[in-house]
Amino acid sequence: MQKTPLLDTKGIVFLLLLAAAAILVPVLFLATPANGALHVPAYLVALIGKYLCYALLAIALDLVWGYCGILSLGHGAFFALGGYAMGMYLMRQIGTRGVYANANLPDFMVFLNWKELPVTWWGFNHISYAMLMVLLVPGILAFVFGWFAFRSRVTGVYLSIITQALTYALLLAFFRNDMGFGGNNGLTDFKDILGFPVQSDGTRAALFSISALALGLGYLISRAIVVSKFGKVLIAIRDAESRTRFIGYRVETYKLAVFTISAMMAGVAGALYVPQVGIINPGEFSPTNSIEAVIWVAVGGRGTLVGAALGAVLVNFAKTWFTGVLPELWLFALGLLFILVTLYLPKGLLGAGADALARLRRAKAQTKPLPAAE
Amino acid sequence: MALATDNPALTSSLLYLDGVCVSFDGYKALRGLSLVLAPGEMRAIIGPNGAGKTTMMDIITGKTRPDEGDVYFGGVQDLTKMDEAEIAELGIGRKFQKPTVFESHTVEDNILLALKAPRHAFATLFGKAAADQNDKIDSILATTRLSEHRQRLAGDLSHGQKQWLEIGMLLAQDPKLLLVDEPVAGMTDAETAQTAELLREIAKDHSVVVVEHDMTFVRDLGVKVTVLHEGAVLAEGPLDVVSADPRVIEVYLGR
Repeated sequence: MQKTPLLDTKGIVFLLLLAAAAILVPVLFLATPANGALHVPAYLVALIGKYLCYALLAIALDLVWGYCGILSLGHGAFFALGGYAMGMYLMRQIGTRGVYANANLPDFMVFLNWKELPVTWWGFNHISYAMLMVLLVPGILAFVFGWFAFRSRVTGVYLSIITQALTYALLLAFFRNDMGFGGNNGLTDFKDILGFPVQSDGTRAALFSISALALGLGYLISRAIVVSKFGKVLIAIRDAESRTRFIGYRVETYKLAVFTISAMMAGVAGALYVPQVGIINPGEFSPTNSIEAVIWVAVGGRGTLVGAALGAVLVNFAKTWFTGVLPELWLFALGLLFILVTLYLPKGLLGAGADALARLRRAKAQTKPLPAAE
Repeated sequence: MALATDNPALTSSLLYLDGVCVSFDGYKALRGLSLVLAPGEMRAIIGPNGAGKTTMMDIITGKTRPDEGDVYFGGVQDLTKMDEAEIAELGIGRKFQKPTVFESHTVEDNILLALKAPRHAFATLFGKAAADQNDKIDSILATTRLSEHRQRLAGDLSHGQKQWLEIGMLLAQDPKLLLVDEPVAGMTDAETAQTAELLREIAKDHSVVVVEHDMTFVRDLGVKVTVLHEGAVLAEGPLDVVSADPRVIEVYLGR
């Protein structure tokens, strides 16, 4: 039996790059003079930190789509829920420093003339509770959703449509003021995280490194899953679902497990995203966000994990640049990119790179007088 | 279940179908199909298109629920109350009409996934590989003539090789009963002969039901034949007897 190693070359390169970023970016940001050539400005730290969170979301999505064939068009919902859980913790840290200086209620509740904290907000002044919710809320939603969808054997485009409906329903719900999550303004004006000011350089640097760490950890967990026999079953489900059933695997259990794990990972990504961008609002539930995440994975190469992360970073760099230069054309560019990748790079950038490398090796092998290996 | 004790045909059977009816949107695919398979038996099922052969397989493996009738395995297990995974765990393996293998897995991994082992998500995520699994894979690949293709992707195999790989996956499951749907469709004559040999080999220690159109192949197998027509059994017996039956001739050759 050939066992697939936990780390292959691209995994090692990926983790080394992440480790280098986790150390170098904060050092260059904090320890170099502000006008020095090597200085990393604060906005760039926040920007790349944001990309790292998107990359974690992309890996979570690749785990379900690339390996198990579940095309979720609603993964942004899990990301946003994790973000809201973190946002609620940050809101509770504001305390009396809000506009209304109310120690017990966030500003928007005072504005709505609420008298006491709703049950949904209880416990969120503790970071440990908030972190638990970052995992549990997306996890439980994914579990309940998956329980019904996978047991009813909803697959393919129908499943994609209901995941899209899920995130849209949450978008509408979170827009309502009486939901108690800040309505269309969302949650913002954060002050402290764990007692450190959110805006300070030290906090920014720490959040950046933690995001890089979370991305590395998310990658390792996903990779451990896909190289295990469990992962082989996931691929089997993707390739031939009914065959997998007829050899005795309970397909819905596998889908449910991987979907729930993926949703929790997306939740963590959202939780790290919120303190770095300083706001979470219902717009994060927007269906287009989830669709963009699918495009990142497609561009990078699905079923590769590293490719998904790469795609997320590249597409978002392009987005940042494009929306600065030609903001009104970005969506067209994104659509064009998706079409081009689907037509010409079905395996994404990473897959195309691997194919080119394999061709090169074969060409080299043929020039040698040795008999061909294949 | 009360009938289990007073029906000798049921208690001594491996597979027992009695009066099975199923219809799809008003179309009656099976109309009172009854069939009894003894343990260790190999049976060939023939019949024109639309006779209900594949529907019968769907009923036995839990893909389709019958509207009426009994389906028992080993005389006691009521298959109409179980899903595909439970039935597979009981020991019924199925080969599809179109070869269905895991194309992006290697030949070896295809067999590995089918090998008898705990199927739960927890076991596959954290479990250790069984010590003897390599030997089992070796022997199955040897039986199915795929030893030298072990590291190739299943998607790169030829049509015939995919059929054999799927049979190999059935062997790896080590089921008590194998249901094989048109194993030689699209095969060359040489491949067909080899497949017949392979199935006879398998039938030595498994019960097998083969659905096939190819009469030469059925003759090669040399087993009892059941003829299906319009969702029920038309005739049953040795091929020579069955093919001399005027009703069978009419169904096959037209009036």
